[in-house]
Amino acid sequence: MSDQTNFIEKEDVVVKFCGDSGDGMQLAGTLFSDAAALLGLDLATFPDYPAEIRAPHNTIAGVSGFQVHVGRKKIETSGDFVDILVAMNPASLKSNLKWTRPGATIIVDADSFDEATCKKAGYITNPLEDDSLEGYNLVKAPVTMLTRNALQALGIDNKTADRTRNVFTLGIIYHIFSWKLDTTVNYFKTKFKKKPEMIEANKLVLETGYSYADTVETLGSSYHIAKAKMPAGRYRNITGNVATAWGFLAAAERSGRPLFLGSYPITPATEILIELVKHKSLGAKVFQAEDEIAGICSAIGASYTGSLALTTTSGPGLSLKSEAIGLAVMTELPLVIVNVQRGGPSTGLPTKSEQSDLMQALFGRNGEAPVVVIAASTPADCFKYAYESAKIALEHMTPVILLTDGSLGNGSQLFRIPKVADLPSITPPLAEPNDKDYKPYKRDPETLVRKWAIPGTEGLRHRIGGLEKENGSGNVSTDPANHQLMTDLREAKVQKVADFIPEQGIVGDKKGDVLVVSWGGTRGTTEAAVEELQKQGKKISLAHFHHIMPLPKNTHEVLAGFKKIIVCELNSGQFVNYLRMKEPDFKYLQYNKVMGLPFTVTELVARFNEMF
Amino acid sequence: MFEFPDKTIERSVVELNKSDFVSDQMVKWCPGCGAHAILASIANVFPKIGYRKENFMMVSGIGCSSRFPYYVNTYGFHGIHGRANAIASGVKIANPNLSVWIATGDGDSMAIGGNHFIHIIRRNIDVNIVLFNNQIYGLTKGQYSPTTPMGSVTKTSPQGTIEHPFNPGELVLGAQGTFFARAVDTNVKLMTEVMFEAARHDGTSVIEILQNCIIFADKTHEAITDKEVRDDSQIHLKNGEPLIFGKNKDKGIRLNGSQLEIVTLGENGITEDDLLVHDQYQQDPGVHLMIAKMYPPHFPVALGIIRSAMYPTYDDLVEAQIAKAQHTSKILCVDDLLNSGDTWEIK
Repeated sequence: MSDQTNFIEKEDVVVKFCGDSGDGMQLAGTLFSDAAALLGLDLATFPDYPAEIRAPHNTIAGVSGFQVHVGRKKIETSGDFVDILVAMNPASLKSNLKWTRPGATIIVDADSFDEATCKKAGYITNPLEDDSLEGYNLVKAPVTMLTRNALQALGIDNKTADRTRNVFTLGIIYHIFSWKLDTTVNYFKTKFKKKPEMIEANKLVLETGYSYADTVETLGSSYHIAKAKMPAGRYRNITGNVATAWGFLAAAERSGRPLFLGSYPITPATEILIELVKHKSLGAKVFQAEDEIAGICSAIGASYTGSLALTTTSGPGLSLKSEAIGLAVMTELPLVIVNVQRGGPSTGLPTKSEQSDLMQALFGRNGEAPVVVIAASTPADCFKYAYESAKIALEHMTPVILLTDGSLGNGSQLFRIPKVADLPSITPPLAEPNDKDYKPYKRDPETLVRKWAIPGTEGLRHRIGGLEKENGSGNVSTDPANHQLMTDLREAKVQKVADFIPEQGIVGDKKGDVLVVSWGGTRGTTEAAVEELQKQGKKISLAHFHHIMPLPKNTHEVLAGFKKIIVCELNSGQFVNYLRMKEPDFKYLQYNKVMGLPFTVTELVARFNEMF
Repeated sequence: MFEFPDKTIERSVVELNKSDFVSDQMVKWCPGCGAHAILASIANVFPKIGYRKENFMMVSGIGCSSRFPYYVNTYGFHGIHGRANAIASGVKIANPNLSVWIATGDGDSMAIGGNHFIHIIRRNIDVNIVLFNNQIYGLTKGQYSPTTPMGSVTKTSPQGTIEHPFNPGELVLGAQGTFFARAVDTNVKLMTEVMFEAARHDGTSVIEILQNCIIFADKTHEAITDKEVRDDSQIHLKNGEPLIFGKNKDKGIRLNGSQLEIVTLGENGITEDDLLVHDQYQQDPGVHLMIAKMYPPHFPVALGIIRSAMYPTYDDLVEAQIAKAQHTSKILCVDDLLNSGDTWEIK
């Protein structure tokens, strides 16, 4: 049969694996993306899982999904709509159908659709038996039965067999793409080195799924995606949180400053802590503190003693750290605070993504306490912006807040591996031993940066702290004029960072009808939407901001080139209000969403079209 | 002088004296405040400890006690309320070559920073915590603290407090503390001695100083420190020696069943052999806890080193894990890391 199959040449395909949490959907998605990557495709992934570790079986609340977008073209997002959906139970079908493209292939485990499970998912009738899925290419695969049958021959019980159902569906997907199975089989060989029977079992189930697909007429055509054209180099797949951790490790090595992380576990930032603690061989010191406050305070202590000091958290944790960030501002110490944003306020939506902590990052402290704020925009560029945050913190003696979000942190993307020696140098302003002129708050006249005198250094004993300091001497001071001066200096020092960051870039022409402005984790969708309209000949461009505080020096010039400006963000309008304050000469339109969901390219294209 | 077990911290090649640690800042505590005597003790003990003067680091939080770093010429960090122990944890882990001293009070470490206090102790990070216990909030002008005796009238308890106070020693031992000593601000010699021993101890050392606040809680420790009563209300612990006190050295503490009791030597055939012998090094904190809990009017207060037990320190274990990882891991630079696992070349 397979030789009669039609190949459909595709630019890109979105595949989503979903089922009960515990059905192994995250693994199936990861194995699929690894195989795609090794075949030379570009890709982006996004896991979508419940906050509960094991929510009740077969409920909507318990659905865990993993979406993979693969293609020959540049892949910027994990995809709006799904082309191939794997649904292991009625609940996962129900909750994902609205994100599935009309005509898409839906592969279900038909064995899991009975009256009880359908009812639990909120179906009145079995969707496999009524006509509700008529517009789709439905594959009713008896996954459970075939998996059990296949493994019976190896003497494996049903319970164990059921745990490999995800692998069966992977076999079907590989058949659709006509991919070889070896990447995944190799994974089993490494994973189950000590359980050879499981290597055999998983391989058999994978092959059974593949052969089963061969017999299914409804699958009809196979997809073929040519290799992506990507810049030459060595690549790997990486999640945003791992990329963040590695960016800091690179910055520590390049600056010669030992890495110290003080952190408290919080979704969705914990993976940075978990990743860094693995790298003691690189000298990383990782302290899991008793709370968020101890996380940042220990980092401030480490910073005073000469470390590249970090603390990682998510929204509620940033609230707890506010007072200590002020201390780092006052003591003018290098510190990077990572906020992997999630839905708020309060505990909010821990596993969903949002951009609603921008105002908190900019202003959420007592007193006038300016800090540098930088936002990463893709899983892979978390590396770059973590590195840059560390560089700015160390060279400008200032706290830096790095904003990422749950989608970036958990999402993955291909990453072109840099050489550490090729990264920009990092030169912290260390005070020399026995420097007779050393004073704690004596500043470089250009950058306004004070020197970093590390405890243990001869001749530099000094005291600093959270009380207002006299400029220069660093003595405690309540002098009114000095407080004004220091307030102005702290602000000016942060603003001067603008001399050291790149100018704001534009995707498209520098002049036109519409400028789309976005920042942080929405870049994939805003860029794809703008490029789509550009292809249609619209005079639309994108300015996607990574540097929020300070803004790039050419911000005014960028905004001035367009008739209309629309600012898109996943909050109620925080960046747009900041721009209204900083660049008041322009009229800003805004497009906002606070649903715990990313933008879709489709909705953005529709909204932007209204502007012409 | 004892050999210091801790070889991590570099020692001074020249002999140091008090003047090496005098800062140029005006000391702004109230005249008559007990903190002056604590400062004098630190100035005595740092040269005796003998580390390079650049290897001392003072950390504090907020409160009268926490102005301390400004008054000692070392590297110093004046933090925010309650966080001295958290800041100092980062200091010591990041740089184990420093002798880290924390100046903190009963508000800073027992109330707003209570969490950090118990956790630094539980981890046994090698720092020295000098806890100024004046049983009152001084800097905010006279509100009750977690160690204020029940019933005390303060600005925020006009009818008397209705809270049970902490005994810091119980808290330290409950948090698995390895070193706890107690001293009074009227006895510089004793403070200097226990600070020296705290410096020698590997792990978190807590020194509770019963300190007088002349303005807001004057004579709060009078029942212990007053010249008229102190011989009967203080017992000075010496390792390996029986617990004897009293003006005539005729009273002792004995373990009767599971409880301590006061006995008089020579009465009912009681001799020194019947008394509890202090063993500050014993691992089990049971008897240490009983000693730490002794308080007037039923018992004298135990001064000196109550507990000094050997346990691995957090900071040593961190260094050991790093050394092990560097010995066994294949990833020795970030380029190794970036190229580890599944990677592929695109031409």
